[in-house]
Amino acid sequence: MGIQTWTFILVGITFALYIGIAIWSRAGSTKEFYVAGGGVSPLANGLATAADWMSAASFLGMAGIIAFSGYDGSVYLMGWTGGYVLLALLLAPYLRKFGKFTVPDFIGDRYYSNVARTVAIVAALFVSFTYVAGQMRGVGVVFSRFLDVEVNTGVYIGMAVVLFYAFLGGMKGITYTQVAQYCVLIFAFMVPAIFISLMATGNPVPQLGMGAAGSDGIYLLDKLDGLMTDLGFTAYTDGTKSKMDVFFITAALMMGTAGLPHVIIRFFTVPKVKDARKSAGFALLFIAILYTTAPAIAVFARTNLMETVQNTPYKEIPAWFTKWEDTGLIAWTDKNKDGKIQYAPGNALADAKPIFETKRGVNGERLIANPSPTVNELYVDRDITVLANPEIANLPNWIIALVAAGGLAAALSTAAGLLLVISTSISHDLVKKQIAPEISDKKELLIARLSSLVAVLVAGYFGINPPGFVASVVALAFGLAASSFFPAIVLGIFSKRMNREGAITGMLAGLAITCYYIARFKLGWIGNPDTATQEYWWFGISPEGFGTVGMLVNFSIALVVSSVTTAPPEHVQEIVENIRIPSGAGEAIEH
Amino acid sequence: MQTEQHKKYWRFNLTYLAILLAIWFLVSYGFGILWVEQLNTIRLGGFKLGFWFAQQGSIYVFVLLIFIYVVLMNRLDKKFNLDE
Repeated sequence: MGIQTWTFILVGITFALYIGIAIWSRAGSTKEFYVAGGGVSPLANGLATAADWMSAASFLGMAGIIAFSGYDGSVYLMGWTGGYVLLALLLAPYLRKFGKFTVPDFIGDRYYSNVARTVAIVAALFVSFTYVAGQMRGVGVVFSRFLDVEVNTGVYIGMAVVLFYAFLGGMKGITYTQVAQYCVLIFAFMVPAIFISLMATGNPVPQLGMGAAGSDGIYLLDKLDGLMTDLGFTAYTDGTKSKMDVFFITAALMMGTAGLPHVIIRFFTVPKVKDARKSAGFALLFIAILYTTAPAIAVFARTNLMETVQNTPYKEIPAWFTKWEDTGLIAWTDKNKDGKIQYAPGNALADAKPIFETKRGVNGERLIANPSPTVNELYVDRDITVLANPEIANLPNWIIALVAAGGLAAALSTAAGLLLVISTSISHDLVKKQIAPEISDKKELLIARLSSLVAVLVAGYFGINPPGFVASVVALAFGLAASSFFPAIVLGIFSKRMNREGAITGMLAGLAITCYYIARFKLGWIGNPDTATQEYWWFGISPEGFGTVGMLVNFSIALVVSSVTTAPPEHVQEIVENIRIPSGAGEAIEH
Repeated sequence: MQTEQHKKYWRFNLTYLAILLAIWFLVSYGFGILWVEQLNTIRLGGFKLGFWFAQQGSIYVFVLLIFIYVVLMNRLDKKFNLDE
């Protein structure tokens, strides 16, 4: 059977599975809708958190980013895993003991203020919307790559599926579909990785294969370093970013991870405080399987690419090369007219993406209209690292189809988790807690469902019409989470003295300075765009790493302001004493 | 109200946190970033050690740290009779 048929079959089966789970686990109350009734086992919650966390970008993009940035890619590996240590040690158990439904719940109650609650709602909505737009786009891209449909059609299909189980099941439906989605995505990621590792080194464990020797007896990483420096690149195991920047980006990603509302709320779904600790451990274990395999795939793919293409005549190139050239993910322009591929540092194109002409060149290659003056003749889209793996390893068609199903599982699971945060922020934090506290549980549930419908429509709109700042979404979402939620929650637990005034001014200052920096240096909206370059960065910190500075500003201002204003009232100090003790958590409280 | 027992329990917890977070900082920011060049002169099979910590080792240690904390806290909960 062809790849196309297999893809339809596997995607069809997995979608039917997700919908089946959604019907089986429909939510009957707000408690089921918001926190899955509070009865999810730590193992299931760990699996669901892992799927929630790993997006289309982790599944399709990360190995590619690392393959093309070498050591610099470590910021993502450490940043997106190290945050779970902070979650497990500093946040999850206490928030679970607190026992409400959302992050703004905690901020609003702990800081006895609806202003604080509103700041938290706005930050949660902003972070979740920027993040979800990328996910819906991701669903569309996976559809278009594998099923030959328009990106927009893919977005519509994705919207319909997510809406179905988010609308029906809320957190309960999402949790159990995410468990299934984790299984699909990790299987789809690992099978090609194991075969590639066997091919490259004879070792079936990619994590070990990465440090093993190839058939020629030379260690793979040494060979890759050699290949790269010979062609004028920086060695793979050395970075090009400054130490300062690597440090700050890693920190921003870690604190941002620990402050993302869609990750935090997953820990409200387990029965006990000790389950919250344990499920954070499981979550990181399941995430680590993919996150330690991705850098191995990166090494295999980069080595394979450099060995295959360098000075190879186009006419002798393997079939996968021309196949991905046809899809536009690879482009080659014969700048020195020798019919061979020369790969070197620098962008081969004048723009980010190739513009293809209709004619073919003398070697049969697709001609491009926008080459750059550099000697580099090769353009490779980073996504290809994961996409082309099964073909490079000569794996059967059904595995290629499985990668499609895995990519969709990754994108859908993350999108659903984010949509839930958006709908709870509206129905619970805004309507129930502020506008109409007297509404019945049934009505609140209806509002929750309606807001998830609106959220899907808005997310779909951004998926189809991606705003110009989508490229900076990662910097934005993590920077904002790191500079707003993380300090406010940590201080709320570990400092009894922290009061309303400190928390609100801290969050606002952290958000303001981070937004300013990103608008100034990433988007070029503020100030002279000519000076929005690296030389003008403060202390050499990139916009991606600036969330760390925002976080430090938040912490300092909160501590200073709270020390000169009145201590929080007695009942709030009792809340703090109470959340520090695990016993008596009970299930998530209804209120 | 907070009892003496609860205060003692919290101090134990803070001590565990300080030790575990020091290790967390050391393996990632220390070995993976600040002293990566120095460690890269040491080899671990085909890996340079600093690079290994940045792309593999730190993640393994993170997973271990959480499970160690789980065990330590479960024991502490029992000792202070705060187990659920």
